[in-house]
Amino acid sequence: MKGTLGALWHYRSFILGSVKREFQAKYLNSLLGATWSVIQPLAMILVYTVIFSQIMRAKLPGVESVFGYSIYLCAGIITWGYFADMVGRGQNIFIENANLLKKLSFPRFCLPLTLILSSVLNFAIIFGLFTAFLLLTDSFPGWAFLGIFPVLAIQALFALGLGMVLGVLNVFFRDVGQLFGVVLQFWFWMTPIIYPLDILPAAAQHLMKYNPMAILIGAYQRVLVHGLWPDWSSLWPVLLLSILLCLLALRLFRKRYAELMDEL
Amino acid sequence: MGSISVRSLGKAYRQYPTRWSRLAEWLSPLKKPRHHLKWVLQDLNFEISPGESVGIMGVNGAGKSTLLKIITGTTHATTGNVGIQGRVAALLELGMGFHPDFTGRQNAVMGGQLLGYSVSEINALMPHIEEFAEIGAYMDEPVRKYSSGMQVRLAFAVATASRPDVLIVDEALSVGDARFQAKCYQRVASFTREGTTLLLVSHSADDVVKHCERAILIKGGRIEMDGSSRDVTNRYLDELFGKQRSNPTALESSVAEVASEAITMDLDNIDVFAERPGYRMEEYRWGHGGAEILDYRIAAAGELYPSRIDSGCVTDFHVKVLFHEAYESVVAGFLIKSLEGLFLYGINSFLAGAGGQRMSAQAGEVKVFKFSMPLRLNAGDYLVSFGVSSGDPRQELVPLDRRYDSVLLKVGCEKPFWGIADLDSSFEVVRP
Repeated sequence: MKGTLGALWHYRSFILGSVKREFQAKYLNSLLGATWSVIQPLAMILVYTVIFSQIMRAKLPGVESVFGYSIYLCAGIITWGYFADMVGRGQNIFIENANLLKKLSFPRFCLPLTLILSSVLNFAIIFGLFTAFLLLTDSFPGWAFLGIFPVLAIQALFALGLGMVLGVLNVFFRDVGQLFGVVLQFWFWMTPIIYPLDILPAAAQHLMKYNPMAILIGAYQRVLVHGLWPDWSSLWPVLLLSILLCLLALRLFRKRYAELMDEL
Repeated sequence: MGSISVRSLGKAYRQYPTRWSRLAEWLSPLKKPRHHLKWVLQDLNFEISPGESVGIMGVNGAGKSTLLKIITGTTHATTGNVGIQGRVAALLELGMGFHPDFTGRQNAVMGGQLLGYSVSEINALMPHIEEFAEIGAYMDEPVRKYSSGMQVRLAFAVATASRPDVLIVDEALSVGDARFQAKCYQRVASFTREGTTLLLVSHSADDVVKHCERAILIKGGRIEMDGSSRDVTNRYLDELFGKQRSNPTALESSVAEVASEAITMDLDNIDVFAERPGYRMEEYRWGHGGAEILDYRIAAAGELYPSRIDSGCVTDFHVKVLFHEAYESVVAGFLIKSLEGLFLYGINSFLAGAGGQRMSAQAGEVKVFKFSMPLRLNAGDYLVSFGVSSGDPRQELVPLDRRYDSVLLKVGCEKPFWGIADLDSSFEVVRP
């Protein structure tokens, strides 16, 4: 463990450099450059807020604010995007870096670390913009806002564990990547992101307790829409599941590493 | 620092009969294996001491690259282990994965980071990298605009920016031009002088002899021979050109035959030309007929069909010709070309023979001619052509049988000089 950390510290320059390059690579040949990384999420937030609050005048039951539904929508979609991005990168992490893995010997843990940092960076931009929107429309939830960060951390752990398990499996069975794309679609619509939880029949509402993403996103909505602290007791099982997934990923990786390198 | 020890190393890849077998194997609770192992390396044992330079040779598919990948640490061994002391720099294939959209400089930084340097260390090394890579203003252009040679140069410059304890060079260098290759080898040589251990994989026997004192020949995933680079490369060339070593007594007797100067090829009339070592199937054969070149024999330094002839060594070329018709005057010809097709030297029996006397031939007669010359050529591969013609050598000759570029000849040369022909210059300062 100490050796791994030492090696990662030694390669910190590579990890940070990779994050930077991955960010730059997206906008490398564009005239506006990194401005696009702001324009795109800004457009998304504007669409959800202006269209739903001003044009469709959609209302969230039990919430007075004009922006109630817009904030509800953004709280779910932005964090879901963070989850999907991380798992999506995770499942391709070995395949995409095959060239590096095959040619150079470097601490393999650099890759997931780079992945986390890249995802967090992208999320930070869009979430920062959203926070600015909350402040501008006077919808900022106050101190309870701080409650979001532990939930985000649990979600990162969950997405990382899941992404790494899929990443290892995807090297051996490419179907995993395809299949998960389909699963992700269903998962999105089976999570109360676009619709509120209470429009579901009671049986379905009960089932949502077993959907970790519904619990996590419910916590964000609770904080951002209602200004309440997350319900910590509901989050413990998700944290436990996330840790188990990470351990499973680690075990799978250790056990299949030699074979994985041969398959790449 | 820099020692490598390989102990009972083996590598097997898993092969599954169908795509579903792996899934079945993973999921079956009985853990019954459904794959079979394909061994690409087996039972490798060797020690390399710090500062040694060792060539790894073998035909394509022998397992050289797999061995290097295991030593580099990117592939895991199935059995046995590899112990390495010190920092390893590997130039596998094209070095590192450059990102085509980033500039050479950005890629150099990334390459350095991958090797574990910090940004400040890389920035300190950058002037050396730029100077060595010689890509000038292209350094700040995206790598996709680079030629393959430029990429290799940059990759080499980054990988060798500071002296590693172990340097592993794959075929990477074969992409660059000759001058840059020489420069790379110069750097490699200065590293080895300072104590770097070198592992060189090359198909060029000359490179291995020049840069390594020891070589290991791998055949079918096992060590076939481990010894001085000269012995091993000779063996490698024999393997490559299909010379049979399986019957050592036959070889010894043939060497003895050469030594006894009793070179009289059997006077039978079977065409065995194509069965001789060094024969090229791509030969261009033409002529009017009337005579046939049936056989040839090359001998140098007491060895028949040597896998490599030392530059300057007197070499005998025997040609056996069967005449179907009678001719008043026949002429035998010999020609040597470079691989690019440049005519290096040509001669015929009339010009080379003493007194320029004429030869006649009877129908059904078999004659054996011999051209003998010191091959004062630089290291490399050369093409030999034989021919037989009829007619007056001072006037137009009628080609009867010509076998152009029919034999591949390998010349080795220890003496460094530029170009093809060794004109054997001396040098002195006449006036200080």
